[in-house]
Amino acid sequence: MKKLHFLEVEGNTKGFFTFLGLFGLISLIGILSAYYMEHNGHWVTGMNNQIIWGTPHVFAIFLIVAASGALNIASISSVFSKTAYKPLSRLSGIMAISLLSGGLVVLLLDLGRPDRLIVAMTQFNLVSIFTWNILLYTGFMGIVGVYLWTMMDRPYNKLTKKAGMAAFIWRLILTTGTGSIFGFLVAREAYDSALLAPMFIIMSFSFGLAFFLLFLMGSYKYTQRELGDYIVSRLKNLLGVFVAAVLYFVLVYHLTNLYSADHRDITVFILTGGGIYTFLFWVVQIALGSLVPLFLLYGPTGKNRAMIALAAALIILGGMAQLYVIIIGGQAFPMSLFPGMEVSSSFYDGVIASYAPSLPEILLGLGGVGVTLLLMTVAIAALKFMPASLADEVADPHSK
Amino acid sequence: MTINIENEKKGAMTTTNVESSRRNFIFGSVAAAGLTVAPGMMLYQTANARSQSEKATSKVRWGMLVDTTKDVDWNKCVDACNNEHGLGNEHKSRDDQKTQYIRVVDVKNKGTGYSISLPVMCQHCEKPPCVDVCPTGASMKRPDGIVLVDRHRCIGCRYCMMACPYKARSFVHEVLSDQKENTPRGKGCVESCNMCVNRIDNGQEPACVEASDGAIIFGDLNNPESPISKILAKHGGKQIRADLKLNPGVHYQGI
Repeated sequence: MKKLHFLEVEGNTKGFFTFLGLFGLISLIGILSAYYMEHNGHWVTGMNNQIIWGTPHVFAIFLIVAASGALNIASISSVFSKTAYKPLSRLSGIMAISLLSGGLVVLLLDLGRPDRLIVAMTQFNLVSIFTWNILLYTGFMGIVGVYLWTMMDRPYNKLTKKAGMAAFIWRLILTTGTGSIFGFLVAREAYDSALLAPMFIIMSFSFGLAFFLLFLMGSYKYTQRELGDYIVSRLKNLLGVFVAAVLYFVLVYHLTNLYSADHRDITVFILTGGGIYTFLFWVVQIALGSLVPLFLLYGPTGKNRAMIALAAALIILGGMAQLYVIIIGGQAFPMSLFPGMEVSSSFYDGVIASYAPSLPEILLGLGGVGVTLLLMTVAIAALKFMPASLADEVADPHSK
Repeated sequence: MTINIENEKKGAMTTTNVESSRRNFIFGSVAAAGLTVAPGMMLYQTANARSQSEKATSKVRWGMLVDTTKDVDWNKCVDACNNEHGLGNEHKSRDDQKTQYIRVVDVKNKGTGYSISLPVMCQHCEKPPCVDVCPTGASMKRPDGIVLVDRHRCIGCRYCMMACPYKARSFVHEVLSDQKENTPRGKGCVESCNMCVNRIDNGQEPACVEASDGAIIFGDLNNPESPISKILAKHGGKQIRADLKLNPGVHYQGI
């Protein structure tokens, strides 16, 4: 096994500036979209008093959930002592921070009053799970920052395991917190489930690793660094396990909801009569986002890099669809003001709420992805996050 | 400074401390309320009125009792509310984006065909989920049970709207002008029925109560001698989604 050597990406190249410009532009368009929405008010969006959280939340929650999942690679190395993942630990840590930053930017810019961020940072209602999330996100940044420092500063290497353990525990609490934002809403049939918190954790494993794998393959390709089959094969096998685990949770979640009478209506709505939500669930989340990737990862195409990348991209697409169905589908289904009765009003009681994402919402969401990729691009050029080579003789601990 | 206001209809004597500069205003509004009270309508328990320098106290819990069996045009309550708070001044928002503090809900039993209409507004829960979930404490409950939004503190995250089981809250989707002095409203903030806190603090009843022809009774749920408590004790009342155990301050008869 050859010695592992970390190296910054060369910054003074055309390729680097191209990516920097591209991701910067996407971020800028996102920020301008947010400005447009804030300047006019949310009437320019598809959101309304029924669909309260729209497409920006789908992107934001995806990125936040993926952030904690992206840290898994480092955790597997530090906490579970799997040396095969050690070369990827630094990249995993910085990606976690970048994804979280991207998600938080979207979340913040979709507020009705983003100018009051200082209020959110100083006035805490500790009963609110939202407040806890603010503290958890801030803490996550700090802890992962320290964790990265112990990895990258040799004299502090001995602290890596402890920092890694702290970060691992923190990320589990963080994703529990994110899932609980929905799980604590007793009044809404779609969300009233303790299963949401663990389901969000397993979703984070899957989304985070898919994003990580895609970035890893892309960055090594464009920087012409060697990425051996050993690493790719391990990661894609792990990804497949996570995808299957998410499927399992989705199955249990819907089965338990079908079993209890007061949750049956919303489940039947999502699974059979929900129009776009039913389509997104079966076609995008289940078929394209889960079954096809499983086939691509474990089938005869399992060694084909393009097919692995396609699988990762499809998992991200499926994850977005899953969150869209949970967040927007869950709101579209009317709340039960008088259980068992037919209700109607001028305020859209008793009817399926309509929602069509507006362009600024989508651009703001994509802007969050842009911010994430921009931060990653700058980070890998500024500091030694990426091994110079991940060829099998470097990465495979059993290689001679 | 102490003034006595005699309530001629109820014959109740009330003592209210007011700052002298506000005396005329308070006196005028209470007198106006007294004059406009329709026969048979329960008058606000002025015994519990407090001066503006006094803080709201948990000795009282304001509540409402809606009698859905009465033949009332509930839209009059909606109009009174809109007028009181200056609602309906959105010009760009779509219908599903416009604010409604109070709405008329038609409920029909699919099996029997029995149907009723009732006004639904913020239910002023004893344990309000909107207050629990609000990250900044902007969504709050006064000691006297009124649930409202501090519009200087609201960051517009809309989590309270997600949490409210009664769909009682609206988000301001655009810049508003022509606002009422008592109800400042701002783009990007969440708002809802505040039980006409401005009127209550001035010794008046909420606007919807006043417009309800006696079908909505307002009063102190903590005072067993108040008309609302007496009627609830004698005839009972129901809360919407009582199963959630939020103990709303708004009670209904006939649901």
